Amino acid sequence: MAENVRSLYGSQLGKAYALTRSPEADPFWMGCREERLMLPWCLACRRCHFYPRTLCPHCGSAEIEWKQASGKGRVYTFAVVRQPIERAFAELVPYVIAIIELEEGVRMLSHVTSIDSDNVRCGMEVAVEFRPYSEKIMLPIFRPLTPSS
Amino acid sequence: MRDDAICIVGVGESDDIGSTPHCSGLALQAQASRNALADAGLKRSDIDGLLTQTGGRMPPITFAEYFGLQPRFMDGTFIGGASNIAHLDMAAAAIRAGICETVLVSYGTTPRQGEYISLAPEYPDDFERPFGVCFPVGLYALCAQRHMYQYGTRREQFAKLVVESRKWAARNPRATRRDLITIEDVLNSPPVVSPIHRLDACLVSDAGGAFIVTSGARARDLRSKPIDLLGAGHAFTHRSIALKEDVTTSGAVESSRRAFERAKVDLSEIDVFEIYDAFSSQLLIMLEDIGLCPKGEGGRFVESTDFGPGGDVPLNTSGGGLSYVHPGMFGMFLIVEAVRQLRNECGERQVAGAHTALVQGNGGVFFSEVTAILRNRM
Repeated sequence: MAENVRSLYGSQLGKAYALTRSPEADPFWMGCREERLMLPWCLACRRCHFYPRTLCPHCGSAEIEWKQASGKGRVYTFAVVRQPIERAFAELVPYVIAIIELEEGVRMLSHVTSIDSDNVRCGMEVAVEFRPYSEKIMLPIFRPLTPSS
Repeated sequence: MRDDAICIVGVGESDDIGSTPHCSGLALQAQASRNALADAGLKRSDIDGLLTQTGGRMPPITFAEYFGLQPRFMDGTFIGGASNIAHLDMAAAAIRAGICETVLVSYGTTPRQGEYISLAPEYPDDFERPFGVCFPVGLYALCAQRHMYQYGTRREQFAKLVVESRKWAARNPRATRRDLITIEDVLNSPPVVSPIHRLDACLVSDAGGAFIVTSGARARDLRSKPIDLLGAGHAFTHRSIALKEDVTTSGAVESSRRAFERAKVDLSEIDVFEIYDAFSSQLLIMLEDIGLCPKGEGGRFVESTDFGPGGDVPLNTSGGGLSYVHPGMFGMFLIVEAVRQLRNECGERQVAGAHTALVQGNGGVFFSEVTAILRNRM
């Protein structure tokens, strides 16, 4: 089940979570590999949703297309992992997990990086970048839009 | 006594609690179930319904065989730590529907031995777990942080709830953490996932618990004081914390409102509160949600309220998940304690004149909420 996570943030990580078999999310993960943040977009109600589903969770339509997000958003909330609870992430401690609200109106769980964990704030503007998680998977993570001093 | 009432007629914990390297989860569950039967004055053969969920593959099947039951109704609904309270209401529904008459609801696990409730991957996990979110503490920390940002809540205010829980635990000989502590002790304990520190988090314990539900008609023949289920309410809001519109509010707003409606009881009539407390910040949010204070004012409310013995709002009188015991799904032990309070059996920690109790479960990270209102017959 577990894949070897070798290079997230340049750390040598141990066994970590492996994705489930979920074809509805393939365009999202393919986008990540090309460093493009792709979101499912409903043609019927003209809204994005996340995580990807085969029926729009807002209106129930099956007419879902994909569009590239701007990659910009704000930190809705965050927390700083300070103990190596998850063995695979032990070398990253401390790291910042966060809920990011994208300009397209959807939220996703991710990391905030490239900033001292003490300086992260709710409401902070962030932009996406991509980091390798495993040989096959790139993860979207976020850094401050304006570099903090 | 009305024949169509639904009553809890027996409760029990496992003989062993805390760290039990010599006992399996099934053994603890069997101990608790035997103790609940003895408490009710019932035999195994009197049980014709079984509800249990311990996170395994087929917990009702497995436990029925282990304990020697062949019930005509079984269920293993799994909605996290609210499951045991949902099982109470489902037992009531099965009894009212005439499917069965006397139901055992039981639970037992040994997470202290490194055996956790299965976290087998499900699709929404693909968008959380690759980030090392430290379920559940990391996700609750996200909720606590937003509460602090949005309402100015301070860590000291969360911490006071831990201090209060110890005052009750000190009076519970079976509680794990019985030493009185200060707010500074909580603040200075090591951070786990900021803003949650070690002492803001519940215990990890091995324990079993059980209770027995039956009709008013059947309860009349039994020796124990029956405790009536006046009503329960359920709510579901989300599975992924990123999809929760407001992480500072839980579905307990709806579940408690529905329970009060069904029970025809008002918040002002509640004498004892047994509210799920996996984390101090989670407990503060739920105090707001059941209506003890307006949303966002939980910090100030906690500061100015005495939740301890003899206080204004008797809360988690066993010491709760923070100080008594917490084996994965604490909802079971909320019910056991509420029943004992309503039977006036709690000795040093008895709430004088306790007549009506509110039990609030909580599953996952505010995923699913179930509230139950219980009352004795004074």
